[in-house]
Amino acid sequence: MTIRAQIGMVLNLDKCIGCHTCSITCKNVWTSRGGVEYAWFNNVESKPGVGYPRNWEDQSEWKGGWELTKSGKLKPKIGGKMGVLSNIFANPDLPLIDDYYEPFTYEYDHLKTAKESQTVPTARMKSAITGKFKEKPDWGVNWEEILGGEFEKRSKDYNFDKIQKDIYGEFENTFMMYLPRLCEHCLNPSCVASCPSGAIYKREEDGIVLIDQDKCRGWRMCVSGCPYKKIYFNWQSGKSEKCTFCYPRIEAGEPTVCSETCVGRIRYLGVLLYDSDKIEEAASAADEKDLYQSQCDLFLDPHDPEVIKRALADGVPQSWIDGAQNSPVYKMAMEWKIAFPLHPEYRTLPMVWYVPPLSPVQSAAEAGHLEQNGMLPDVRSLRIPTQYLANLLTAGDEEPVISALERMMAMRVYMRGKTVDGAEDPKVLEQVGMSEDEMNDMYQLMAIANYEDRFVIPTNHREYAGDGPFDQEIAFSARAECGFSFGNGCNTGSKKSTNLFGTQTHANTLSGTPRKPVGGSS
Amino acid sequence: MAEYMNTFFFGIYPYIAILTMIVGSVLRYDQDPYSWKADSSQLLHRKGLRLGSNLFHIGILLLFLGHLVGLLTPHWAYEPFITAGQKQILAMAAGGIFGTMCFVGMLILIWRRTTQDRVRATTKFMDMAILLILFVQLILGLLTIPQSAKHLDGSSMIKLAEWAQHIVTFRGGAAEFMVEEALVFKLHIVLGLTIFLIFPFTRLVHMVSVPFKYLLRSGYQIVRKRG
Repeated sequence: MTIRAQIGMVLNLDKCIGCHTCSITCKNVWTSRGGVEYAWFNNVESKPGVGYPRNWEDQSEWKGGWELTKSGKLKPKIGGKMGVLSNIFANPDLPLIDDYYEPFTYEYDHLKTAKESQTVPTARMKSAITGKFKEKPDWGVNWEEILGGEFEKRSKDYNFDKIQKDIYGEFENTFMMYLPRLCEHCLNPSCVASCPSGAIYKREEDGIVLIDQDKCRGWRMCVSGCPYKKIYFNWQSGKSEKCTFCYPRIEAGEPTVCSETCVGRIRYLGVLLYDSDKIEEAASAADEKDLYQSQCDLFLDPHDPEVIKRALADGVPQSWIDGAQNSPVYKMAMEWKIAFPLHPEYRTLPMVWYVPPLSPVQSAAEAGHLEQNGMLPDVRSLRIPTQYLANLLTAGDEEPVISALERMMAMRVYMRGKTVDGAEDPKVLEQVGMSEDEMNDMYQLMAIANYEDRFVIPTNHREYAGDGPFDQEIAFSARAECGFSFGNGCNTGSKKSTNLFGTQTHANTLSGTPRKPVGGSS
Repeated sequence: MAEYMNTFFFGIYPYIAILTMIVGSVLRYDQDPYSWKADSSQLLHRKGLRLGSNLFHIGILLLFLGHLVGLLTPHWAYEPFITAGQKQILAMAAGGIFGTMCFVGMLILIWRRTTQDRVRATTKFMDMAILLILFVQLILGLLTIPQSAKHLDGSSMIKLAEWAQHIVTFRGGAAEFMVEEALVFKLHIVLGLTIFLIFPFTRLVHMVSVPFKYLLRSGYQIVRKRG
């Protein structure tokens, strides 16, 4: 056993209102540069829908994640090492930028300079790449916002697998939910596995997966390797970029920007301890439906004295063990079993977990024929089909999802009894197998969701990285040094507009001024 | 004058070019690693790339390898097995096949880069320059085949190999081997050396980073310790 710690995230989809604040703040901080305007390290999708990039969940198209070979060994779906190298000159599984969307700006200046005319002048759309007019956008980061577009197209959603989906196209039966997405910082990342340069790595101390920008050679295999399509190729720098889990903030004990700015308070950050020697075994479960459980089996009880002893011996700082004991992620994923990994069938062991959303009961039920399951309405009569949620979160196994929904429902019934009727009913707790304390705790964390309960992030003890207990040199080596930057942003030499080794062709489009069209006319 | 030019281009220029390539590449790798990349445009434009890029890369790599082995293998190493004449035929055939592959691939790549808007818009001066220089170099190389066919005894090839071997082993008088060679060979060599010269300032640097280490990586995962 080798114990490592990871900062994980839980998103409570039950409370997500789809406001996109997380996406916007993330973009402003991380991807406002030229070449990554199209990239959203965090985006929010309306489901059902095929998402961004188009149809990303369907690995029969994109070949992301892992597969098991006949002998039961894990292999990246895009191919083993020889397979990856043989495709290095042209990657057959790389999305085109149109699968995300072509970045654009509007010709705002025209509004100020247009001559008098019969019709109102318009600011037409111009491609940020070519500077040429585009008639209209045809895809985007949340193209299917609030069920936009025809059901026929949205119903290509991979999560409709094994569902008679046609009835959900009818107005009375339609359903929707939001799915905010970011890099999963997987325990078994397939992007790392598919990077020929070895530029992508997982940090031992907190599990954050990063791309070393100086080592990346732009072979673009990681873009295909990642089943969540959360690695983006910067077409200006020629390097891949991804969500950094805001590691400079995490190191200082602060939540990521998306979590910090979430107005619905749906995001939780906390430490999980896991046995890193069992990763391969957990990801190799023969039956996809066992993957959720096999991933849970990796996590260790931070209250177990044996685990604590071992963790300390393996170099996990005491403050991280304290953090793990108070971790909201551990509580939701492991103790209450209400949070699930996104698409465990990709075998990457993702570390951003989701609490499935409750939804209104069907109209038939509203008319008085409500199916009851003991004290609770039957969660199978909820508007969002449990099979759909199971396809999203547990590789199709409905049982864990139903249990989670029932616990959340029970929390409502129980708290309603307590605060409205003035008499809590212990029977509802019995039905979902939770104690009164647990339920109060869950209510505190999920409904009240105080900042300090949501974010339990121990600071990064860089000073322990040396051999001794406190390494003076390491602790202070980064002081007054250059902060986070791209490229040679910290170069002490003069900043020039041109560079002997190649200068970018495109600046970012934030000024709103379109480029001169390539080849003159547009 | 002709003698001076001959000495310069085939006796001195090779060292200028190779030195610039080495020092320039080391400097770039050390000082500006962020710029060290393959610079793929596949994300923006896919049509024709799979065929074009594969043909080009496989063709040019095999041509490069062929030149390396062909020019730098000492005569005594192959003489027991094949005659110089046979070696020349082999070189012409292999060069012809891979050269044609590369030629077709380059036509597709040049078509992309000159006519397809997204690729054009993101093309840097050096991207276009190196593509065209390589194309001219390839044509010159292909033109040496009919020239070689005029005398199949391998004598001209031996002199070229002697020249190359004298250069890389720092022996004097290398340029004298080139005096009698046909103009097309001379042009091909001078342009080739020029490619060495500008190598560090182009995207060609990515060929130094062929990720062979990937095959040697134990398992798939990489975990970095803090520090």
